[in-house]
Amino acid sequence: MYLTYLRRELRRRKKQAIVVALGLAIGIGLVVTVSAASAGVKTAQGTVLHSLYGVGTDMTVSKSAKAGTGSAQHFAFGSGGSGSRASAGTHVSRNTLRPTGGSTLSQSDVAKVASLSGAKAVAGGLTLTDTSFSGTIPSSSSGGSRSGGAAAGGSSFNVSSFTVDGVQISNSDVGPLVASQVRKGRYFSADENTADVAVVSSSYATQHSLKVGSKLEVGGKQMTVIGIADVSSSAANVYIPLGTAQALSGLKHDVTTIYVAASSASNVSKLASETRSAVPGATVSTSASLASDVSGSLQSASSLATDLGKWMSIAAMAVAFLIASLLMVASVSRRVREFGTLKAIGWRTRRVVGQVMGEGLVIGLAGGIAGLVLGILGAEAITAISPSLTASLGSSSAAGSGGGFAGGGVGHALGAADSVLVHLTAPLQGGTIALAILLAIAGGLIAGAFGAWRASRMRPAAALRTLA
Amino acid sequence: MNQNTSNLYEVTDVHKHFGSGAGTVRALDGVDLTIARSEFLAIQGPTGQGKSTLLTLLGALDRPTSGRLEFDGRDLGTLSEDALADLRARAFGFVFQTFNLIPTLTAQENVEMALVPTHVEAKERRERAAQMLAELGLEHRLTHLPHELSGGQQQRVAIARALVKGPRVLLADEPTGNLDEQTRDEIVGLLEELWSERGLTLIVVTHDSSIAQRAQRIAVIRGGRVSIGEGEPLVLA
Repeated sequence: MYLTYLRRELRRRKKQAIVVALGLAIGIGLVVTVSAASAGVKTAQGTVLHSLYGVGTDMTVSKSAKAGTGSAQHFAFGSGGSGSRASAGTHVSRNTLRPTGGSTLSQSDVAKVASLSGAKAVAGGLTLTDTSFSGTIPSSSSGGSRSGGAAAGGSSFNVSSFTVDGVQISNSDVGPLVASQVRKGRYFSADENTADVAVVSSSYATQHSLKVGSKLEVGGKQMTVIGIADVSSSAANVYIPLGTAQALSGLKHDVTTIYVAASSASNVSKLASETRSAVPGATVSTSASLASDVSGSLQSASSLATDLGKWMSIAAMAVAFLIASLLMVASVSRRVREFGTLKAIGWRTRRVVGQVMGEGLVIGLAGGIAGLVLGILGAEAITAISPSLTASLGSSSAAGSGGGFAGGGVGHALGAADSVLVHLTAPLQGGTIALAILLAIAGGLIAGAFGAWRASRMRPAAALRTLA
Repeated sequence: MNQNTSNLYEVTDVHKHFGSGAGTVRALDGVDLTIARSEFLAIQGPTGQGKSTLLTLLGALDRPTSGRLEFDGRDLGTLSEDALADLRARAFGFVFQTFNLIPTLTAQENVEMALVPTHVEAKERRERAAQMLAELGLEHRLTHLPHELSGGQQQRVAIARALVKGPRVLLADEPTGNLDEQTRDEIVGLLEELWSERGLTLIVVTHDSSIAQRAQRIAVIRGGRVSIGEGEPLVLA
């Protein structure tokens, strides 16, 4: 009889029940969508941080360049090294392989960090930029007549560069490239620390039509491509063994970055502090400190989701609960005589209250299901649109440090104009769905409780005196 | 303790006030009354004199402001809400002027609602409700909703609801007030018949003399006080 009465009553007040359920649905839908968007923002932030850090890395150690130590790129075109200018029409090409940003750390610094108790895995990395310059020397135009032959000007020079990461093969679980990222070909083998082999990023491979087995020049040396890796858009283009990178760049035993995996997430900050003591003058960055430096539309999206989104959801739920409660109280007030009759025929107050609470709960659940559907649609819409967000690291003052980031502590160089591009998704998680159901039940019970309170206060005689 | 074991009710100096201060309404102002077991009592009086208020106290729907109201030796004014609810579930049956049927439930379901607090199994509940309605000539109206029934039929359903639990007292507040003359006679006749067959105590509030004169006794209530006549209906101006 309980369910029969409940069902019939809700059918009688269908419009009102729909209004209450819709109100709850909008509130719950907003909560689900905002939660999914927040999760998507966190995922995007994680992608950004991983792209800057390398997989499996909790901390990086680097060193900012000292004042006055940076120098501009210099390409000498003197013929025969005599310092005299190359003659007009001469085709010239030069290549340099230089560390990207900051100063270098020594192998002993790597050993010091590896000896810290909280460091589970440590690897050194050498981030370089390979720059090539080629073109034809133009003829000089010195006012007066010209003899026949070459026209003045009309030359073109090509400059191209790509980033190179030297990877410590002996500790392949941490660093800018790990084995699991290689999707075609293979990762470096243990005996290839000084071999002329390279793994390229899939985007670089596509741009330059590279495949496994292709040849590629790095620092003027020909490398064989052994693998294609899936890395983020901000990661390096080419990965070579650390020994090879050190030899090609002339930086024997040096690294630009030390990658560290901590033994547990909870001791990262302690490890960072110990590292600063072990390697004085080093810049130690953790994901927490890096996250606070990220700017750009990703940061805006994060603020939108966590601040505005959160408060909008809370406000929407509060309004939904209030409307549901008021409507339930109004509905119970219209049924005063009916409840008085039930009490007159022997229904105890708690049975009447239970009936009202049940009606509230069913409306709440209906609102919850509708809200979940709305929320899923909202999250799917965000994922389908997949808006592009950018994340930039650090400040514009980075430009003055010779091409790298000052105090950035990143796994490889990001120029001041570079940013990481991520696509926002809104993944639904089990916790979000559970939250939606809980909110629905809470909403229904709160609304039902208000109505039930009204019903419980009625004395049967007073209720029956109410005009129908 | 009830000295006279044939009295079901002993009402002693019962007052019932509503409101407070200058706005206090003295609905009952010192009522003394006894009602015997299986008696048919009519409570008659002009409008607003306390008839329905007295009926609600006799049916444990409300508590006296002061005085003592005993039902079968128990002071209703001192019982808990749950105890009063139990009495209403088992001992009292109500019939109202406006029928007070649940509009979303069928005739059978409305009667079943009275058995819900008695924890009768669903199957037995349905059977007893159907049987009660059949006794009152409504076997073909079990699945009808109240708005699909005539006034007389609705009041029969209400009577069935009141009687299905086998109460000791049937309390009817202007049971024919919303009915036409022919139906009114049918309903009053039905109540009388049920009273005589089942040995109920029947208490009917009415302003209608033709109904009151069918009772064994008439309690006339004026200004919140009761005076008793033996089968002499009050002639209302």
